[in-house]
Amino acid sequence: MLRSSQPLTGPNRKRCREDEMLLGKVLDKGQRGFIIDTRSAQAAKQARMTGGGTEPKSSYPQWRRLHRPLERGRPLQESFIKLVEACNDTSINMDRWLSRLESCRWLSHVKAALSTACLAAQCMDREEASVLVHGAEGTDTTLLVTALAQVILDPSCRTLAGFQGLLEREWIEAGHPFHLRCAHSAYSHARLKQEAPLFLLFLDCVWQLSRQFPFSLEFGEHLLLTLFDNAYASAYGTFLCNNEKERCLCKVKESTHSLWAWLNQPGEKKKYLNPLYSHNALVIWPSVEPQSIQLWQGLFFRWIRSSQYLDEAWAEIQRLVEGN
Amino acid sequence: VENVRLLDRLSSRKVALGTLYLTATHVIFVENGSETRKETWVLHSQISSIEKQATTATGCPLLIRCKNFQVIQLVIPQERDCHDVYISLIRLARPVKYEELYCFSFNPKLDKEEREQGWKLVDLNEEYNRMGIPNNYWQISDVNRDYGVCDSYPTEVYVPKSATAHIIVGSSKFRSRRRFPALSYYCKDNNASICRSSQPLSGFSARCLEDEQMLQAIRKANPGSDFIYVVDTRPKLNAMANRAAGKGYENEDNYSNIKFQFIGIENIHVMRNSLQKMLEVCELKSPSMSDFLWGLENSGWLKHIKAIMDAGIFIAKAVAEEGVSVLVHCSDGWDRTAQVCSVASLLLDPYYRTMKGFMVLIEKDWVSFGHKFNHRYGNLDGDPKEISPVIDQFIECVWQLMEQFPCAFEFNERFLIHIQHHIYSCQFGNFLCNSQKERRELKIQERTYSLWDHLWKNRADYLNPLYRSDHSQTQGTLHPQMAPCNFLYKFWSGMYNRFEKGLHPRQSVTDYLMAVKEETQQLEEELEVLGERLANLQKSQLNGNKFKSRQQDRSKQSGLSTSNSLANTPQEYSNDLKSFPSRSPSQGDEEDSALILTQDNLKSSDPDLSANSDQESGVEDLSCRSSSGGGCLPSEDSGKDSDEAVFL
Repeated sequence: MLRSSQPLTGPNRKRCREDEMLLGKVLDKGQRGFIIDTRSAQAAKQARMTGGGTEPKSSYPQWRRLHRPLERGRPLQESFIKLVEACNDTSINMDRWLSRLESCRWLSHVKAALSTACLAAQCMDREEASVLVHGAEGTDTTLLVTALAQVILDPSCRTLAGFQGLLEREWIEAGHPFHLRCAHSAYSHARLKQEAPLFLLFLDCVWQLSRQFPFSLEFGEHLLLTLFDNAYASAYGTFLCNNEKERCLCKVKESTHSLWAWLNQPGEKKKYLNPLYSHNALVIWPSVEPQSIQLWQGLFFRWIRSSQYLDEAWAEIQRLVEGN
Repeated sequence: VENVRLLDRLSSRKVALGTLYLTATHVIFVENGSETRKETWVLHSQISSIEKQATTATGCPLLIRCKNFQVIQLVIPQERDCHDVYISLIRLARPVKYEELYCFSFNPKLDKEEREQGWKLVDLNEEYNRMGIPNNYWQISDVNRDYGVCDSYPTEVYVPKSATAHIIVGSSKFRSRRRFPALSYYCKDNNASICRSSQPLSGFSARCLEDEQMLQAIRKANPGSDFIYVVDTRPKLNAMANRAAGKGYENEDNYSNIKFQFIGIENIHVMRNSLQKMLEVCELKSPSMSDFLWGLENSGWLKHIKAIMDAGIFIAKAVAEEGVSVLVHCSDGWDRTAQVCSVASLLLDPYYRTMKGFMVLIEKDWVSFGHKFNHRYGNLDGDPKEISPVIDQFIECVWQLMEQFPCAFEFNERFLIHIQHHIYSCQFGNFLCNSQKERRELKIQERTYSLWDHLWKNRADYLNPLYRSDHSQTQGTLHPQMAPCNFLYKFWSGMYNRFEKGLHPRQSVTDYLMAVKEETQQLEEELEVLGERLANLQKSQLNGNKFKSRQQDRSKQSGLSTSNSLANTPQEYSNDLKSFPSRSPSQGDEEDSALILTQDNLKSSDPDLSANSDQESGVEDLSCRSSSGGGCLPSEDSGKDSDEAVFL
């Protein structure tokens, strides 16, 4: 699986021999690859007007392009804000709750993200084909897809250590601009242009996986909530800045502590583990039917409703497993 | 009929070819060829509707919808055969005599005494004794011993001490269907009670002294409070409209010391339509999130569930927190009243959250109080307007509570699903007819078997591993949060998409934890035994005896297999059906044997039926993974601008 940003085809349909050679070298003779473009065909075409574009079929003959539009940027942030508002609205009647939920579109975004990641995984696992994922910049929906696909495909990404490695690789080092994206969150009226909850969307998708495959992830919801918190505001330097270059310039590694170092301490670590975990060497294929995708109550109702009874249930599960 | 195809609803690629059989009691589809010889059994009593669809090139499609929400799509090659099957099923699914029902031929090979014992498992007299009755305030009355006062009530009713036979009879004449106020639940801690009845025949101004005395008697039976609540579970408009027909509701001016309350739950027709709409949403092919949420909201189903729950919460609060007795009624006092009283009892008393207690609860508030099982669930062919998912809604309320309070119930989701299944299956005699009187006339207990006995024998399958009787969640009253909690009501895909394997978490946490619990227990027992042996060994060594060390008898393997056998297959992630180019079926999914633990357990809990009981069906055929119709991808753009993306 490869990731990149969009090719700079531009309005004059520029070509780049090196780019074509690079993608050509990835595939063996006669092999086929898939390009998953996270923009709609129309949006990708329009991107040419501003210097971007897509890979023309004739120049990349072994690659087949698939468009799977995923929401990003301002509309995604709006979706998030609306959802949080809906969850906090005590006046909504049961009559109108579901349509209100629907109008936020958040769950549709979860479904789309999971479906696209599954498609990428299917290309690799079932069709044994290589996959190139990109959107426009390669820093948002691209990373969402590649990271999620790895959780689906690779059991080592489902371990606590492996998941941290995945985050480091596919989000932090890959240059997801955390500083811009995770600025003020849902309550702020600032509505920054660059803010968008892609990382939260990723965590939500992972939560959906943990619900559908309760034995297959070594970590639990608590880890996901902690990651969400730390992406927005943290005592640690892990999610600071927008890319490695900035982190170097700011001397992050020299002046801050790493979240992973803290999480992995034996005393802390056990809080994040899933008592039901059992290594599953196989690919986990989630159902993306609407019935299978649920609202992440642990996150969206975290401060609104007590999780006491569910916590007690988890404590009981822990007790049963440990007793054994 | 041979060469029939069984289609999978979710995955149009999965088609099974086999033979269709019709017996006196079941429809059976047996798959060809495969070593496992998969069978799909459906009881005729489960069939809700049969639809013959337009003949296509592949054959004549027949769609069977079941009351337990199973949907079977068959394709029969010859139109004439399809028609024959259709006509036969229509007749078989609409019995006219009770004797046609499965329970009269079902034979679990128990002798007469065992059958009798089975029926004695749930004893309502014992239950009222457990509540603390009879006592100073409540007594049993035999006024209805020959069903002379009310033919839909049981022979034994519990009434306040001060309610004489005269008062009871007088009150019954002033109540719809003669269903006078009688005791449903008594709280011995504070003497508050839940009574139930039907609506008074008050019209605009009629009064009845005995009925007023009856309510006073209920109030007096609770010295801790000087008033009672009267809860009408209908919407106010409906209740008011009933007045024009000479019925209606209690006027606070006429009845001393009552506080009247409407809690609007819609009627059986609204509920029937609501379920219908929700099932239509479930049948959508590849719905978007939007389609699903809108459809679910339009059906109103979860709104109704919440209304029932809220009513139960109101009553439970009145009893537990205010110590005030409540009289509940709707129109006839056998639908909404039953729902609301049983939800309230469940919230109040942890006994009803045990497996035995739950069976007792259903026996008390549904069976004995004359809920019209036959009319509501169509045992026999009858008026379609009487059909309504009343008990289904109650069962769902219980599930919603289980989701909120995972440690509070002794039983698990499977218990609820099996009970619902058997209410429609007519395999057992508990839910036949419309009243105790009818059941006795038919001699149900002598001619059929009890579901409770069957479930009790298999109770290991129905336990909730998180339940501990000493857990804080299991004790005392349950307090579900009332608001804001719309989001707490989830769509119960375990029930309404029960047979769609692809939808559910493939790994059953319940079964795993039960296995863990069992294993821990076995290990602890072994540890004890070993401890004793060690003690003996030490003793005899002290005594200078020789002891041969014995081989440990490891009869039980401690392998708790979870993940290795739980592979699964990807669903269709593209909306476009034309998917990847075909792979030959031999490139199989040998490693993808989806072992659905819950499904296996369904099998084991019905040993009387064939190994693949009617509850297990639609098992996915994973040996063939042929592509959908098209096969190859659409041809790529030829000479032109090849900028167009190719959609798969």
